[in-house]
Amino acid sequence: MSLVYLVPLFPLIGFLINGLFRNSLSKTLTGLIGSGVILASFIVSVVLFLNVRSGGALPVEPLFQFINIPAFKIDFAFQVDQLSALFLLIITGVGFLIHVYSTSYMHEEEPAHFARYFSYLNLFVFSMLLLVLGANYVIMFIGWEGVGLCSYLLIGYWFKNDSYNYAAKKAFVMNRIGDLGFLLGIFWLIAKLGTANYNDVFANVSQLSPTDITGITVLLFIGAMGKSAQIPLYTWLPDAMAGPTPVSALIHAATMVTAGIYMVARSNVLYSASAVAENLVAIIGIATALFSATIAIKQNDIKKVLAYSTVSQLGYMFLGLGVGAYTGAVFHVMTHAFFKALLFLGAGSVIHAIHNQQDIRYMGGLKKYLPVTHITFLAGCIAISGIPPFSGFFSKDEILAAAYAKNPVYWVLGVIGAGMTAFYMFRLYATTFLGTFRGTEEQKHHLHESSVAITTPLLILAILSVIGGFVNVPEILGGEQGLHQFLAPVLKTENAEAVHELGGNKEFTLMAISVGVAVLAILIALSRYAKKPELDEPAGFGKVLAKKWYIDEIYDALVVNPLAYLGNFFKNVVEKSGIDGFVNGVGTFVQYSSRRLRLIQNGKVGTYILFMVFSILVLWCIFFYQEKIVIFFNNIF
Amino acid sequence: MPIQYYIILAATLFCIGVAGVLIRRNAIIIFMCIELMLNSVNLMLVAFSKMHYSLGNTGNKNAPLNIGTDAQLFVFFIMVVAAAEVSVGLAIIVMMYRNVHSTDVNFLNRLKN
Repeated sequence: MSLVYLVPLFPLIGFLINGLFRNSLSKTLTGLIGSGVILASFIVSVVLFLNVRSGGALPVEPLFQFINIPAFKIDFAFQVDQLSALFLLIITGVGFLIHVYSTSYMHEEEPAHFARYFSYLNLFVFSMLLLVLGANYVIMFIGWEGVGLCSYLLIGYWFKNDSYNYAAKKAFVMNRIGDLGFLLGIFWLIAKLGTANYNDVFANVSQLSPTDITGITVLLFIGAMGKSAQIPLYTWLPDAMAGPTPVSALIHAATMVTAGIYMVARSNVLYSASAVAENLVAIIGIATALFSATIAIKQNDIKKVLAYSTVSQLGYMFLGLGVGAYTGAVFHVMTHAFFKALLFLGAGSVIHAIHNQQDIRYMGGLKKYLPVTHITFLAGCIAISGIPPFSGFFSKDEILAAAYAKNPVYWVLGVIGAGMTAFYMFRLYATTFLGTFRGTEEQKHHLHESSVAITTPLLILAILSVIGGFVNVPEILGGEQGLHQFLAPVLKTENAEAVHELGGNKEFTLMAISVGVAVLAILIALSRYAKKPELDEPAGFGKVLAKKWYIDEIYDALVVNPLAYLGNFFKNVVEKSGIDGFVNGVGTFVQYSSRRLRLIQNGKVGTYILFMVFSILVLWCIFFYQEKIVIFFNNIF
Repeated sequence: MPIQYYIILAATLFCIGVAGVLIRRNAIIIFMCIELMLNSVNLMLVAFSKMHYSLGNTGNKNAPLNIGTDAQLFVFFIMVVAAAEVSVGLAIIVMMYRNVHSTDVNFLNRLKN
């Protein structure tokens, strides 16, 4: 058996051990098992990555036949090539750091719940690995559903809180809507090509008509909308903040939301064959990026700001995918995994330090009390704002350059979005870490830097956020575009030439403008919020933003309430008086008629004889008119 | 005599018997009505037998000798059995009278208790 099967096997084992023996394992042991299995996966992933890097993609070997019917065959096979190897590293690497962090962050939980938490976490990583490793869309779909389930379990981890359960349900339902599109896309693909294997599908794209390709890619993209939180299915992601903070980090950075990006990048051959789908992806992407950035500006919950920033960054990735910058999008997934995990874990550290306070209006001045968290968080903020030479700059710039080459409008909107990103991140930073502490005296007394298990992942992620961009330095800055060369066998790179044609000067100008906008936004944010943060309830347009454009309310009014009303109608009217009425009616009728018929049995001989005589008469009549009766019934039927 | 007369007579007797069984409550009368029905059927048997006998012997020299006589013999058996049945039935009625001092059949609808 090939080494690749070990990668998902380890987290599965961890899930089983932690899940089955959760009542008997000590917390230390649970933490060791939970993190250890991910570390083992990470080591195997590194080995695989090095293999792929030196020797190219590994051959696809089926483990067993998953579906075998005459019409088509689906193998349970794993595909390790450049793309999936890179994702393996991100998932297991960042995932491992989050596990380590969790051992400290969740330490106040009961041992049984602690083990439950880690088993879910392991299952989450397992599902994501399955999604990334699968060699066909069906295996990907198994993982796809798995991460949906795990996100539900983890968002609703504190299941005694009703609103958390509501958030978990919301995430699940939203994902299901997208999953339906994904599933239909797979069906369409299998119906047309008889296979779902990536290699077979991509080799036979020419057999598909343009309508088929557009239909399939749009349906698959609907799945990506749900999983990667794009308009219109994005509202679950901010609500997913109900889960423990490391879970948010895991969902936002290493797993789950990158699934949609991975799927589109994996299907790049299909997408680049359909201009309609590409444009749709790009438009949805840039719209989401801008829309959620506006919401993030007015949020006061530290995790909500980060959540909307994730939605916004995912929008950038889809913009990259839509304009053909597949490598840029994957690159942004990688750098985003670093700095978003860092920011979430930093936020977790802050929340931990001031005892579950998430409102940034009651923070402030934490720079002094949480030095490590402060420095690492700042690194994350700079990285996400796209300031060179931090990692976010390189990946975002690559997407923006490709967007310009495709259509300058995308670029202008993208730069505006980047400016907003820098603005809200530094609003968050300034309100949280600068100024003076605004919490209670008791909280102030307890302020402390978090333990080593929390700060170590922060430091590692901070270093990665700073240097992560150097794997793919663009040519005009004297780089070699290492990631481009590495991913070239699996991703189309036609847009790279388009970018190249822009010429060095123009590319440099674009870069300078976007950095300039970001720096300007940072300066504005710092000058506005460092000394006197925004404490009042927002009014006017700010309130619309703070209320998230009332999108949840609109969805409630347009979709949820009509459906609930319809459901109530069916429950109270159709079910009660229709179905129940019919069933009960039959019962009542039988009871009533038997109560009447029972009276015939009155014990009087005369009555019995009377019935006998009449029955004989009737039988005699029937017998006598037999033929006429038969003809009569023949006429009817 | 045409067969229709016999049929009408027998049917009338039978209907009188049925009506008697249905209407009357006195066990002895009901019993007599049953006998009446029985005998109307006997009458039918004999009448049809006679008819077959005459049909079978007109213009048919090779007809078997016993044609149309089976039912007439059969009727004797029925009468014998009916006599036996009458004795049993009357015995039951006597027992009934001794027990309830009545021959009204409606007194005997209490089998259920």
